Amino acid sequence: MTLLIVSPILFPLLGMLINALFGQRMRERVVGWVASFAVIAAFAASVVLFVQLSQSHGEPLRLTLAPWITAGALNVAWGFLVDPLSAVMMLIVTGVGALIHIYSIGYMHGDPRFARYFVYLNLFVAAMLVLVMADNFLVLFVGWELVGLCSYLLIGFWFQDVKNAAAGRKAFVVNRIGDVGFVLGMLLIFATFGTLDFETVFAQVKVRGESLAAVASLITLLLFIGATGKSAQIPLFVWLPDAMAGPTPVSALIHAATMVTAGVYMMSRAHVLFELAPTTQALIALVGAITALVAGSSALRQVDIKKVLAYSTVSQLGFMVAAAGLGAYVAALFHLLTHAFFKALLFLGAGSVIHAMHAAHGDVDPQDMRAMGGLAKRMPFTFLTFVIGGLALAGLPPLAGFFSKDEVLLAAFADNPLVFVLLGITAAFTALYVGRQIVLVFLGEPRSANAAHAHESPAIMTMPLAVLALLTLAGGAINLPGGGWLHHWLEPVLHEAAKPLNVGLALVFTLIALGALALAWVWYRDAQRARLEVESALGRFLLSAWHIDAVYHATVLRAFYTLSTICSQLIDIGLIDAAVNAVGRSARAAADQLRAAQSGFVRNYGLLMFLGVIVLVVYFVVVR
Amino acid sequence: MNVADLETVLPFLLLATGGVALLLVDLAVPQARKSLTGWLAFVVALAAGVSALALVSGKTMKGFAGMVQADAFAYFADVLLCVVAALVILLSLRYHTARGLMRGEFYPLLLLSLSGMSLAVHAADLLVVFLAIELLSIPLYVLSGFARPRLESEEAALKYFLTGAFASGFLVYGVALIYGASGTTALGDLRAALLDNPALTSDALLMAGLALVMVGLLFKIAAVPFHFWAPDVYEGAPTTVTAFMATATKAAAFLALMRVVAGFAALSPSLAQPFEVADALRPMLALIAAITMIVGNVTALAQQNVKRMLAYSSIAHAGYALAGVASGDATAVLFYLAAYAFATLAAFVVLIAVGSTEGNEDHRYEAYAGLGRRAPLLGVIMALAMFSLIGIPPTAGFVGKYFLFRAVVASDLTWLAVIGVLTSALSAAFYLRVLMVLFMREPETAPEAEPAALAADAPRMVAAYVSAAAVLLIGVFPSAVLALLTGGELVALVR
Repeated sequence: MTLLIVSPILFPLLGMLINALFGQRMRERVVGWVASFAVIAAFAASVVLFVQLSQSHGEPLRLTLAPWITAGALNVAWGFLVDPLSAVMMLIVTGVGALIHIYSIGYMHGDPRFARYFVYLNLFVAAMLVLVMADNFLVLFVGWELVGLCSYLLIGFWFQDVKNAAAGRKAFVVNRIGDVGFVLGMLLIFATFGTLDFETVFAQVKVRGESLAAVASLITLLLFIGATGKSAQIPLFVWLPDAMAGPTPVSALIHAATMVTAGVYMMSRAHVLFELAPTTQALIALVGAITALVAGSSALRQVDIKKVLAYSTVSQLGFMVAAAGLGAYVAALFHLLTHAFFKALLFLGAGSVIHAMHAAHGDVDPQDMRAMGGLAKRMPFTFLTFVIGGLALAGLPPLAGFFSKDEVLLAAFADNPLVFVLLGITAAFTALYVGRQIVLVFLGEPRSANAAHAHESPAIMTMPLAVLALLTLAGGAINLPGGGWLHHWLEPVLHEAAKPLNVGLALVFTLIALGALALAWVWYRDAQRARLEVESALGRFLLSAWHIDAVYHATVLRAFYTLSTICSQLIDIGLIDAAVNAVGRSARAAADQLRAAQSGFVRNYGLLMFLGVIVLVVYFVVVR
Repeated sequence: MNVADLETVLPFLLLATGGVALLLVDLAVPQARKSLTGWLAFVVALAAGVSALALVSGKTMKGFAGMVQADAFAYFADVLLCVVAALVILLSLRYHTARGLMRGEFYPLLLLSLSGMSLAVHAADLLVVFLAIELLSIPLYVLSGFARPRLESEEAALKYFLTGAFASGFLVYGVALIYGASGTTALGDLRAALLDNPALTSDALLMAGLALVMVGLLFKIAAVPFHFWAPDVYEGAPTTVTAFMATATKAAAFLALMRVVAGFAALSPSLAQPFEVADALRPMLALIAAITMIVGNVTALAQQNVKRMLAYSSIAHAGYALAGVASGDATAVLFYLAAYAFATLAAFVVLIAVGSTEGNEDHRYEAYAGLGRRAPLLGVIMALAMFSLIGIPPTAGFVGKYFLFRAVVASDLTWLAVIGVLTSALSAAFYLRVLMVLFMREPETAPEAEPAALAADAPRMVAAYVSAAAVLLIGVFPSAVLALLTGGELVALVR
């Protein structure tokens, strides 16, 4: 039992170890399948745990592996917890993770650092499992930081290009800002409750209730700052579009399906705390909605196939965060789940397109949609699955995205009109950029030699696409309106009442989506529009995501550089270095003086010794 | 005299008889196989060390009508001295062949000097202190000049002899004055006499005698201003002899010094601890410790020669140990001396390895350039030695300094501990310079000429591993050394 609970973590670690030690000497296929089977085994273990959990009617499985920190009042153990919430996350992480591992065997074929890639990817899966299985805040933070490390390593995986390395660094630094909030939040939790254990903290919250309202507001605000870093929300979302510098399967796994949802997971896990802080809740809902709108509008004018999906991810994360802010945690997690399916599908489809564009030697950027077109005929399978993913993202019934997005909108409709309007507009934008992307990439005539000579990707890459497409088609079934399976499953953790389907609302948004898709068809059939629109002022504004990066450069970064310059020139070189050098110089000068006494003549030595004798005798006889 | 008396100085007896016997045996050893004499001396040193280890206990025994004393401190020092001597013998074999010094009398002389040290740590009478100091010194004078006809070696021997004779004169005169004032030379009786007769504590004759005895001992540990001989002698003497002097002589002289200081503890009658320092002595000891730390470390900074730098380093560390003496914590001092001895020996392993090559023995910093890459093992050992001498964990030097400064602070000499810490920080400058040269400098000569000359030498490697292991093990498991030191309980330096 002990081993079973940690085995989902141990399998990827084992795979990582094998590839790290022997990967250099093993054939590519072997490396890839070792890594993939490690994650498949983790998935199987997760399924076993899931079944056990459902047989015990949601009674959580716990395991304390070893004590970790015992310092005064602070007691932290390597404790793991499998409850309905973590079980769902484990299935997503290992399930989608396994598919993306397999896909990567094809996608990374021929890369000189093939083994290293799978070492990082295995480590990521293990770290993500630590994050979702932790039974206290500190172990969660271990996973939180480890996935951040893997993200950094994989964004900069092709570090020969300085741009990629810089993107990795940006992701790391921006996440660090959020982490400061998270750590402060943890410290405040420890100061308030005297422990970091989920169970104890949440039990105390229930007992002490309203008396904690003030401190809970501060704690949740700090934790939310952590979430804005990891889950790419305003003001810290700027790293995610740059993170597309990594290999595309990495974007699918880490920067769409799993890691970026860590913030949403964390807020759901700590929902007891968040419910005590209505002010923070309102703020979270608003930040989520604004992020959704800003990112959704920015996706409208992107020309890079992956950037569209990146901004789309930020936007969809905004939906989830808004739902969490509205207290609709089931909706947030449901959308997290379906988004993991269809966004992974879209990214892998985009990867398939990039792979094909790259393989057909030409001289254009293989990620530029303006150079594509007409790929539907050349890559029919990729086209089919991409359309399924796209329509799910646009929110068309009966695809998975329809149900989850509808639940989020329903929650907003009931509680917060402003958030509802923002999310509603974003939903229209979503369908529009999905339509634009499908038309530009797959329809019309090829606009470059690469596109004209593209071929369908190998089976190892299309097979995962098929599985994800099936999940996207049927995924909505797990939580049909009015209290579906997921609702009941999460009931022991989240205690949330189900809402019935609002047919009117669903119909309106289906029509909006259809309208936006039709508009996209009309506008972008002639690719000329896509070429021209980025040159307008509005185009540039949206392409650069509302110039937020430039604003940060002009304000935060410039101030920071000024401070750094002052510290390094004035304080470090001017003060500290100068003082140290002065000490060193005077010591050398003293040394040269003292050396002079060592004349080499015994007569001098005898004289100096004799003076010493006199001093000693005088001291002992007279002075004492 | 009875058998029990013999037991109190058993290591000394083994060493002295072994040394004399080896002189005779050596006559039968052909010139080509003088290393056999070395191995025999090695066996004698080890046997003496093992006998001391077997005798360690918490009990204190007196022998020869109170002239000598056997206690845990003495046996600990015996073990340390014998191990150091055995390692020096291992280092000598190859070095002496390479330098053309393979003469049989080296090893008996080493054993006789070692026997003097062993006697010094057992001394309970001022006359025995004097006798032991002479017995350890005279063979050292000869050994310093062992590299004849090399002029620096001859010069070192002469300087050492002249200044040493000067210091011995003060020592024996001091003993005479003390006898004149108190009617005894036994430290235990002296202590009792001071307690019985408070008028004696302000006797000018006695105090002058104490000052002069201190001079003789401060000379041996090379404390400022009685240190001038040390750099010249350490640099000129054969490197093996330098290693022996820097480690063993210092430890023996320190324990003798502490016994004398303990004998005068009754200058402040309120004190009743096993080892304590009279208020009359404490300020002077602290002052000399401070000056020694400063002069040793600062002058080491200006040196251009690793061997000479280590000479100043030995002066500086005498200052640290002397601060421990001033604090009145004998355990901390002996622990520190052991930590210092192994670190210094580890450094000398590298110097001797370099000296064992053909051609001139060159210890300038430049001559060490790139050695760490050419001979990584030597580089690592030097790094360990330097880290320990600076006092960086997890080496012995760190724990040693920790115990020492803790004792110094506990005895209200915080200013002295501050000077100790500051000079330690300063010392990093010249210790790390060695490592910088070793690992980050390109050698000045063509590298292909060097590697063959640094061929492996099994006995030297054993010495290298043992001293390096000691540096690490003492640093990681200090309590094991402390247990040996105290024999399970506190012991009195003087009874």
